[in-house]
Amino acid sequence: MSRKRPEPVQVVKQRRDDALAALVHGVPYIQFLGIEFDRRGDELTGILPYDDKLIGNPLLPALHGGATSAFLEVTAVIGLSWAVLWEELERGELDPDELIAGHLPRLPKTIDFTVDYLRSGLPRDAYARARVNRSGRRYASVHVEAWQDNRARSYAQATGHFLMPNRDG
Amino acid sequence: MIDKVKTARQFTEAIPHAKALGMKFTDIGSGTAEMRMPYDERFIGDPETRVIHGGAVYALLDTTCGAAVIAHPSNPGATATIGLRIDYMRAATPGQAIRTRATCYHLTRTVAFVRAEALDDDDTNPVATATGTFTVEGVK
Repeated sequence: MSRKRPEPVQVVKQRRDDALAALVHGVPYIQFLGIEFDRRGDELTGILPYDDKLIGNPLLPALHGGATSAFLEVTAVIGLSWAVLWEELERGELDPDELIAGHLPRLPKTIDFTVDYLRSGLPRDAYARARVNRSGRRYASVHVEAWQDNRARSYAQATGHFLMPNRDG
Repeated sequence: MIDKVKTARQFTEAIPHAKALGMKFTDIGSGTAEMRMPYDERFIGDPETRVIHGGAVYALLDTTCGAAVIAHPSNPGATATIGLRIDYMRAATPGQAIRTRATCYHLTRTVAFVRAEALDDDDTNPVATATGTFTVEGVK
């Protein structure tokens, strides 16, 4: 008897990255802000590359609070959605080719979002990671932190509640 | 008071991110501000329903709140957001502009308290509400 050989690592990686890219690139506002995601296993890091149009205070200069909050919210929604998709992909319930072909799942809807601005956003790249504190059938609670040069010094953080998409429909 | 209004308008219209999102002032009063952001397909958050991303609504509310703080008669200078919470009550109707109204309803020597709401063409049924705290700078 022979056990099925595991798939080559590059095939698995490519499939996961393609599924993630399909999810992220399907949203125009994520494209408008230029946000990308770096994946290491199931962990995602959002990246907001610096752009002049993100500036909110040209005198300092500093990033706009609205750009920062959108970055936090995008990271929270994609992080939450990815956590659910990851499970489904791993269990084989979801066909990654369907995702890649553009049959995207409905995204969670934000119910409320509370942002703490801890430091002024510097005119350079920003990074963010979300932590899903609770993900139920209907509601989820997500915390997200953003930093720039120094991981230990967050420049903004947020907590939000989300309405999960109906998975049956 | 006229100078305050002018300062708030100039300050906000010089913001690259506000310009990138097409935000415009429609009114500035004493501690109040109203803004408008036209519907734009680049700001879509849900490709299926074509509803504007909450982040764009958040940016508009944040800017309007900041402008209301600057427009407050007792505020001497610039401001920055300390914290801002948004409740999203419903999806904004695709194709319609978002209008926001903010009021700076209390100001201490150090903190400004603001509330705001976001509307589409339906005046009676807000898309989102916001409450926030902002810094007060330059008071001796």
